[in-house]
Amino acid sequence: MMPKVKIATDWLAGCAGCHMSLLDMDERIVGLLESVDFTSSPVTDLKHPPDEGVTVGILEGAISNTHNIEVAKKMREKCQILVAVGDCATFGGIVAMRNLVGTDQALERAYLETESVCGGLIPDSDELVKPLPMVTGVDKIVKVDLFVPGCPPRADAFFYALTELLAGRTPVILPPELFTYD
Amino acid sequence: MAARKITIEPVTRIEGHGRVTIHLNDDGEVEQTYFHVDEFRGLEKFTEGRPYHEMTQITQRICGICPVSHHLASAKACDGIARVEPPRPAKLLRELMHMGQMVQSHGMHFFYLAGPDLILGFDADPAERNVFGIIKADPELALKAVNLRRYGQQIIERLGGKRIHPNFTVPGGVNAPLEQKDHDAIAAELPAMVAIAKKAVEIGKGWLEANKDLAEHFASFPSNYMGLVDEEGGMQLYDGEIRVKDDQGRMIAQFKGENYLSHVAEHVEAWSFLKYPYYRKLGWPQGTYRVGPLGRMNVIDKIGTPLADREFQQFRQINGGRPVEGSLFYHYARLIELVYALERIEQLLADKDIMSRDIRNSPREVKLPGQGVGVIEAPRGTLFHDYSTDANGQLTRVNLIVATGNNNWAMHTAAGQVAKAFVKGTRIEEGMLNRVEAAIRCYDPCLSCATHALGRMPLEVTLVAADGRILDRISR
Ligand code: SF4
Repeated sequence: MMPKVKIATDWLAGCAGCHMSLLDMDERIVGLLESVDFTSSPVTDLKHPPDEGVTVGILEGAISNTHNIEVAKKMREKCQILVAVGDCATFGGIVAMRNLVGTDQALERAYLETESVCGGLIPDSDELVKPLPMVTGVDKIVKVDLFVPGCPPRADAFFYALTELLAGRTPVILPPELFTYD
Repeated sequence: MAARKITIEPVTRIEGHGRVTIHLNDDGEVEQTYFHVDEFRGLEKFTEGRPYHEMTQITQRICGICPVSHHLASAKACDGIARVEPPRPAKLLRELMHMGQMVQSHGMHFFYLAGPDLILGFDADPAERNVFGIIKADPELALKAVNLRRYGQQIIERLGGKRIHPNFTVPGGVNAPLEQKDHDAIAAELPAMVAIAKKAVEIGKGWLEANKDLAEHFASFPSNYMGLVDEEGGMQLYDGEIRVKDDQGRMIAQFKGENYLSHVAEHVEAWSFLKYPYYRKLGWPQGTYRVGPLGRMNVIDKIGTPLADREFQQFRQINGGRPVEGSLFYHYARLIELVYALERIEQLLADKDIMSRDIRNSPREVKLPGQGVGVIEAPRGTLFHDYSTDANGQLTRVNLIVATGNNNWAMHTAAGQVAKAFVKGTRIEEGMLNRVEAAIRCYDPCLSCATHALGRMPLEVTLVAADGRILDRISR
C-alpha cells in the first residue's frame, strides 16, 4: 500500500468558512481518507504539524496579527507544498477592509465607543497577541505554491486541487468555473 | 515548588482561535484560569461609510459556520432601516434557511467537534480523537453525520445559491421563491434526517446517563439565562422577544430587540479581545448570563413541535423544574434543538404560504437617515446587529453583540471550574487539559464570531509561576 499523503491545515484571520467548504466535500472525504492523513487541523486534536513535516499545508485566512505570522511561518517550514485557500489568504479578503480605517481607529470604536460598552479599555495585556497595522494575504509573509480563491472556494475546487496534488500534478491549474472570487 | 502557568494553545475542535492559561500556586493548586481570545477584526469601524445593504454580505464573513445567522440578523436590521416589513412568505423562507443552518451547525458540533470526546472518550489518543477517528471507529455513524450536515447545507444552497455565505435576503424580504423541485427534495429526505437526529439524541442522552455524576458537577454553576420566545413563551429562533431569567428560573425581563441597549451592556478586560456582555440593570458581573441551547431551554415554557417537546419535558426534570446548570447538558439541549429544527422544517414545508411568489415588500418612499436593530437566535445564542445610516444610506454607526460573546463569562467560568477539579500538581496530563477544553466545547464557541468585531482565538494552556515565569506549556 502506498504511504498516505500527510496534510496539515490551520486558520489565520478567517471565518472558518474555507474549512467548512472543505468538509462540504461530504462523503467524498471518506474516500479521500484512503490516501491522505489529516494531521494537525482545527477540527482534530493535534495542535501543530508533526515534526517530520507534511506534504501539503493548507492555510485559511489573512495575516492580521503577530500570531498569524508565526503560524504561517511554521506551516511553511513544515510543508512541501503550501496552499493558500480563500480570498482572505489570497489577498486579505474582507479582513483587509480594516486597512481602510486603520487598526487603532478600529480598536477605539470596538472597545471604547460602541454604545453597549461600559467603562471600556483597549485590551493590551502582554498575554495577548498584537493586531498588525496592515492586514495582508499570506504570500506577503511566506512563499505560497498554490492559491485557491473564492469566499469560500467551492468544495469542488478543493476536491479538484487535492486530487491533482495527490496525483503528483503541479502546478495545479484550476478550471475557470472553479476559479472564482465571490 | 514554584508556582506555574499551563497554556493550552490552541483549543481545538472549536471554531476560531482560543487559548487558556491556568495559573497554579506554590502547592500546585489552580489559583486562576483565563480564557483568552487573541484576534481582533474591527468590523464595527471598517463598515462605516458602506451602503447599509452590503451588510448582509459583509457580516456573514464573520463566521463560516453560522453565516446564515449574520445574513438574517443583518437583513432584519436592514428591514428596520428601509422601514419595510417582509411579507409572510419571505419570513417563512428566511426561517427555513435558518433551520437548515441549525441542522448543519448543531449536527456538526455533535459529531465533528464535541462528539469525539463522548463517543471516543476524553482520554482517547489525541491523534484519533476527531471526526476522522469516528469515521474509522464507526463508519456507519460517521456517514450519517456527514449526511445530516450535507442536508442542512443543501437547504441553504437551494435557497441562497451557495452553502457558505449565501445570497438570499434583501431589505423587505428575500430575492427568490422556493422552487417546487427544491421543496420536494427537502421533504423527501426529512424522515431519514429525523431518524439520524433521534439516534444522536439517544447517544447524547445515553452518555449523560452513564456519566451522571460527572454531568452534574462538570462546569456546573448558577447564572442568568437569555433567549428569544414567541407570544406564548414557546421556542423561537427567527423572531420574538428577548426573555431573561435568573438562576432560580424567575423572570427578570422580557423586551423587544430594538430596546436591547437599555438591557444589555458590555464589559472589557485587558487580557481578551472578546467583550463580556451582561444584563445592564444587574451590573457587572452579577448580570452575566448564558445563551445558546441551554440558555434557551432555561427560559422557554415549551417548544412547539411534538418530538422535541417530549424531550423538553425530560430536560426540565433534570434539576426538578429549575434551570439546568451543568455545561455538559448543553449537548442534550443542542440535540433537542436539532430535532426541533427538523420538525420545524416539516411545518414550514407544509405551510400554505411557503411556495408563494410574494417574497418582497418595497418601501413606498425611502426615509433616511435610518436605524435598525436585528436580533436572532443563532445556533450559539442571541445575536444583535444594530446599524444607523445617514441620508444617503451610508452607515454611520455599527454595533454587534455576538452569540459566543454572550457566553464569554460562562466559558471563562467553566474552564476555571474544570481546571480546579482536574488539573493538579506538577505533571500535566493531556487528558486533564482536554477536559478543560471540553468544558469550553460545551458552549460550541464560534470565536471568529466572537471576535468579529474582534477576531479569533487560539486556545492555549500555559502553566505560569506566581512571579510570571512560564513553567510548562502543553501542545499536542
Ligand atoms: S475567504 Fe471567505 S470563507 Fe474563507 S476565511 Fe475568508 S471570509 Fe471566510
